[in-house]
Amino acid sequence: MISIWFFIGLSLLVNGALILAAGLYQLVNPPENATVVLFNLHANVWWGAILFVLGAFYCLYFRPKHS
Amino acid sequence: MNLLLAMLVPERLVHLSAVDYAIIVFYFGLVIAIGWYLKGRANTGEDFFMAGREMTAWVAGLSFLSANLGALELMGWAGSAYQYGILATHWYWIGAIPAMLFLALVMMPFYYISKTHSVPGYLKLRFGESSRALSAVSFAFMTVLMSGVNMFAMAKVMQIVLGWPLSFSIWVSSLTVAVYVTLGGLRSAIFNEVLQFFLIWAGALLIPILGLYEAGGWGNLKLQIAHNFSAQYVHLWSGLNHFGTNPMGIHWTGIVFGLGAVLSMGYWTTDFLVVQRILAAKDIRSAEMAPIIGAGFKMMVPFIVILPGLLGLAVLPVKLVPEPIAIATGGHTYNDVLPLMLARYCGPGLLGLGITALIAGFMSGMAGNVSAFTTVWTYDIYRPLINPRGSDHHYVNMGRWTTIIGVLISVGTAYLVMQFASIMDYVQALFSFFIAPLFGTVLLGMLWKRATGPGGFWGLLCGTLSSISMWGWVKADPSALRYVALSADAKALAQDMYQALWSFIVCVTVTVVVSLSTQPKPDAELAGLVYGMTEVPSVGDVPIYEKPLFWAAIVVVVFVILNIIFW
Repeated sequence: MISIWFFIGLSLLVNGALILAAGLYQLVNPPENATVVLFNLHANVWWGAILFVLGAFYCLYFRPKHS
Repeated sequence: MNLLLAMLVPERLVHLSAVDYAIIVFYFGLVIAIGWYLKGRANTGEDFFMAGREMTAWVAGLSFLSANLGALELMGWAGSAYQYGILATHWYWIGAIPAMLFLALVMMPFYYISKTHSVPGYLKLRFGESSRALSAVSFAFMTVLMSGVNMFAMAKVMQIVLGWPLSFSIWVSSLTVAVYVTLGGLRSAIFNEVLQFFLIWAGALLIPILGLYEAGGWGNLKLQIAHNFSAQYVHLWSGLNHFGTNPMGIHWTGIVFGLGAVLSMGYWTTDFLVVQRILAAKDIRSAEMAPIIGAGFKMMVPFIVILPGLLGLAVLPVKLVPEPIAIATGGHTYNDVLPLMLARYCGPGLLGLGITALIAGFMSGMAGNVSAFTTVWTYDIYRPLINPRGSDHHYVNMGRWTTIIGVLISVGTAYLVMQFASIMDYVQALFSFFIAPLFGTVLLGMLWKRATGPGGFWGLLCGTLSSISMWGWVKADPSALRYVALSADAKALAQDMYQALWSFIVCVTVTVVVSLSTQPKPDAELAGLVYGMTEVPSVGDVPIYEKPLFWAAIVVVVFVILNIIFW
């Protein structure tokens, strides 16, 4: 049976990748009028990276194994 | 009228980007996939209704907490923090932690060793069929109403944030929940609750981090709130000596006795929605550890729910108002504070994750209600009262159909809920109708062997009726508040606290009086159900750091320290 923790890892991995990609895009192409407060901190870059790494760890550690 | 206005004014707080939509769509796809994957593991009654009783302490504990971390927790309590200040934290600390530990160390062994499927099932074993029927019917009624509350709250978020019509959101979420619970039963609901727990922290944690950064730290935040509103907004206890010296209009006796000793005890120890998650634990140690793990995380939840509300008081450029005023003026209500803070700090991707976290919270709350409703209907109403001779396969099918029907009833309830001005006050009122008296009945049943079947039944009935009567009395004559809540200054939440306290006292009094005048049960029939008549199983010969009592002690120490820090 696939572990619940694998599903969680998958969720964090995919979400982290999407958020990190969006953050990096904005880092390279900053919007003319930032719509969020504290845009200069680029939270989506580092937060996306944290989620991605955490998700990758969960996916690897709890990956389905053939018995 | 509110519904009509809300549907005619499709206000949109933020515009999502493609990556935000991708995250939301991925979430919906994942929960359906989990339900589909677990379909083959929900063939027996034990699998479908009790998740095979094979959950570890961590899964059961996080699910136990997540089942409560639904719409009301996220939006309602953030809104309450904006409205009442840090006092809202009481519902997370004194209004949860002692009760969760009491469940773990005192009550859980009885639920677990009796191998009951539900809380009404325990009442059947202890007090007989009439108590079970009364409890099951009132629980089923409350559960579908709660589910409707969840749906309404979610639809409001989607309307505010995305501009989606209320009805569209209600139907999308309810159909998704219906699919994954119907397919995978309780196991599917639990898996999605644990997933939701992680999503909520991943999606909401940035708000307090960035908010505190913007406000200049906790010290500066307190100064700004004190300057803009009142210093009492940031004190947990120091303003509770009088009804009129705190934003909630409550006295400390209401918090300690009404909330801490009765309402929260009732909710966390007898509300089958949360207890069901623990009953799915794989052994007695896991069943005891699960609420303790839940308590540890529960103490941290104010960081992502209460703190955003407090930050809203300091940093939001608009003033939030009660719902009737917001509808009349086109402003934002207290309950909008969390989405507003989300939009303030979260750019593309993060916004999608935050919205997904809200949706996940709403959907798992709904799934929790529906799965609990399904179990109680099938095991405590349908099987004993309508069809006692069905096969296991028949009851599983009944469970699947009841899931769909429960969702449909909830949809109808969602529209009903829209007529109420305050979501939180409404649900608190519901809790006090049923939960407080039920706690009195279960508590006496477990701790007092002299309690009899008639005593349990009449105590539960009179307690519930007294609560409804007090609520109706104040509705009909608002001046009655000075009797029910001991002060004319009391607000709705304070009223609920005292209502719970009185109904608990009525329940206990009636149970004791009737029990003493009726024939007691033979001792042999009380084995496994009552303290003193039951050999409570040991958690095994494990090191001290694996003992539930050790971790409960740590939780107590942290709980005391937190209350002193924010006194």
